[in-house]
Amino acid sequence: MTDAPITTTPILELDAVGFRYRGGQEALADVSLAVGAGEAVGIVGQSGAGKSTLLRLLLGLDRPTTGSVRFDGGALDPRDRTRVRRFRASVQAVFQDPYSSLDPRQRIGRIVAEPLRSLRLATTEQATVRATEALEAVGLPADAASRFPHEFSGGQRQRIAIARAIVPNPRLLLADEPVSALDMSTRIQIIELLAELRASNGLALVMVSHDLGTVAALCERTMVLRHGQVVEAGATAQVLHDPAEAYTKQLIAAIPRLPR
Amino acid sequence: MSDLLDISGLTITRGVRRGAPDGADQPLLDGLDLTIAAGGRLGLIGGSGSGKSLTSLAVIGLLGEQLSASGSVELAGTQVIGAPDRALRPLRGRVAGLVFQEPLTALDPLMRVGAQLAEPLRRHLGLRGERLKEAVEAALVEVSLTDTARIAASYPHELSGGQRQRIAIAIALAGRPQLLIADEPTTALDVTVQAEVLALIDRLVRERGMALLFISHDLAVVSTMVDEVVVLSEGRAVERGAVAQVLTAPQHEDTRRLVTSARALDDALEDPR
Amino acid sequence: MSAVDAQTALADRRPVRRRARSATLTVGLVLVGVIAVLAAVSLVWLPFAPTDTSGGRLEGPTGTHWLGTDKLGRDLMTQLMIGARIALATGAGAVAVGAVIGIAVGLAAAFASAWLDDTISAALDVVIAFPVLLLAMLIVAAQGASLGTAIIAIGLAMSAIVARLTRILTKRVLSEQYVVAARTAGTSWAGVIGQHVLPNIWPTLSVNLALQFGIAVLAEASLSYLGLGAPPPNASWGRLLQEAQATVTTAPVGAIAPGVAVVMLVVGVNFIADGLRDLGDPTRRRGA
Repeated sequence: MTDAPITTTPILELDAVGFRYRGGQEALADVSLAVGAGEAVGIVGQSGAGKSTLLRLLLGLDRPTTGSVRFDGGALDPRDRTRVRRFRASVQAVFQDPYSSLDPRQRIGRIVAEPLRSLRLATTEQATVRATEALEAVGLPADAASRFPHEFSGGQRQRIAIARAIVPNPRLLLADEPVSALDMSTRIQIIELLAELRASNGLALVMVSHDLGTVAALCERTMVLRHGQVVEAGATAQVLHDPAEAYTKQLIAAIPRLPR
Repeated sequence: MSDLLDISGLTITRGVRRGAPDGADQPLLDGLDLTIAAGGRLGLIGGSGSGKSLTSLAVIGLLGEQLSASGSVELAGTQVIGAPDRALRPLRGRVAGLVFQEPLTALDPLMRVGAQLAEPLRRHLGLRGERLKEAVEAALVEVSLTDTARIAASYPHELSGGQRQRIAIAIALAGRPQLLIADEPTTALDVTVQAEVLALIDRLVRERGMALLFISHDLAVVSTMVDEVVVLSEGRAVERGAVAQVLTAPQHEDTRRLVTSARALDDALEDPR
Repeated sequence: MSAVDAQTALADRRPVRRRARSATLTVGLVLVGVIAVLAAVSLVWLPFAPTDTSGGRLEGPTGTHWLGTDKLGRDLMTQLMIGARIALATGAGAVAVGAVIGIAVGLAAAFASAWLDDTISAALDVVIAFPVLLLAMLIVAAQGASLGTAIIAIGLAMSAIVARLTRILTKRVLSEQYVVAARTAGTSWAGVIGQHVLPNIWPTLSVNLALQFGIAVLAEASLSYLGLGAPPPNASWGRLLQEAQATVTTAPVGAIAPGVAVVMLVVGVNFIADGLRDLGDPTRRRGA
């Protein structure tokens, strides 16, 4: 990690962002984050840390009560349809539950092509081709396109979700606990797939997880969240091996390790 | 000395007991052998669909109508396969206690947890009135829930995941069973809570001299609790041995995949990107 | 997967008496088919003209009058066939009205803010609390008895139930992650409703609508029985039942025929609803 300031505009930026629910409950306070092209940041926290709220703000599904969220340096005005569409094409997401993130009544091909349809990025024929390419990029056979979600395992469904996310050629991928619902044996496969896609597409990554191991395998930077506040942030290696805060130390100490 | 739990050739198929199994369905569990001596510990490792959860249900005869089991499962000398329910009821809670992954579904949402804990204590130990109340308090303290009055009066949804799981453990141990079967007991918990609950299980099992069957898909977690493991894959036991050995020299392809994945994540913690 | 999940997953995959279910669907289709054929044929041919009173009074079934005649000498078979047409029109019409209004209101409630949703739900509960028949009677009494009024009245009463069902089904779909995924894929809310919500609530909703068809037919028969439906000769089965009431001991066929017809249609529709429920299960479909 160099000390040089980022000279290019970050793709997504959170500036002292806070979020308070209508009932007054505070979910986030003073969180700042900047993700530039090709960078990978992990957001670690346990339940109630505010990870989901943070994710929703990053995805533009909610507006912060304080602070600002910036995409390519500018605010995200929902009325500016063109800008919103560019945002959606540039920032895509993979969600936690592979059994809930795919519409059970649609065929895989249609599911994967949805971003192209909704963002009007391709004609129907082009969309079919690109969907097939995306499926192959995630290691699924082309004939998967005509099947239904229930015909696939959890790990395969997660690949399908990733295919859907990369089909519009995004610049940044937001992953919400992408492997938490998967088997141990499948986890590393998905992690490797994400690493591969990062390398080949120059994809930036923001991964939210409660599992430090997953974050450590993919992200060069880590942010530790607790009760909606940033406890510690920095290079993953440093946060893991030389944590400054007691909470971080506690978190790391609790991770079950293999005998060495 | 015979083993506390002796499973031999356990096969579980989907199909009504009366007729032949459905078509050419593969058995969900195929010829499983495993033994646990009194006070011994064994880990059962496998992914989803490996049949590990079915094993825990088979041990206490709770497989349900749609599944049929064959082979032999001897728990403290009683044959479980084919035994009528009334023969198995004395085993449940008194010989073997079970803790599941999701305490929210294991606990009755409409009953205060104190009452839920009192019920097995009353049933298994025959306690009543004041002595029962004291036993409930003692059981809560034993699982490190010291604010006994408040906790006993709470409903499950008013407690945290870790607290609920401690209650579930207390309930499982109420009848002072000889064997604790823990099926993914910490998978749904935060990592710091997981560490506490695992330490709790370890301490209680040790203090009471109980045997432990620990079921999980997480090799790291299992390795902190047991020394011997059986690896299940698609219904078959593909490997067994000491944890250290399985980790360093996995024989079966499925075990290798499991170990590689666990190692990769563990390595990342040593040496991140 | 925990032990409990494993058990549930297995339960879901068990092929539940598949053969029994498709028999139900077939029987249902046959029963409804008979009525449908009667109705279709009635459009092009009737044994007698509806107003023809040439037959003897209250005659039993003969070679010319297959089901006999009514108290004015009109052919009963003819009236039954016309009644079939009316029954099907009522069912379809009421369901159409109920579905259009109900689905629209239900969707609105599901997307509405908390207080608006509560208001709509309360209003729906009030409407549902009224018996369908009573509500229909009120509307018909105000607007005058005719088939059209009856259809709209029954449809309106039914729309509340459809709305409530739509609301809860939609809310369930909206809580699924594929809806969030659709939004991040750039799909508009209209797109989400059209591509994800409606297809996913349709299986359960269609079963309910099929059942409502039967209820609508019964409701119209009851309205006619009470004298609030269209008068003969374009009478519905309910009206036929009312007219045959007085002479049920001397000319029983006059009551039995429309009664059997109503039962056939309603039971048939319910069987079809049962069959639809099984068909609507997405896990039974397979890719190429």
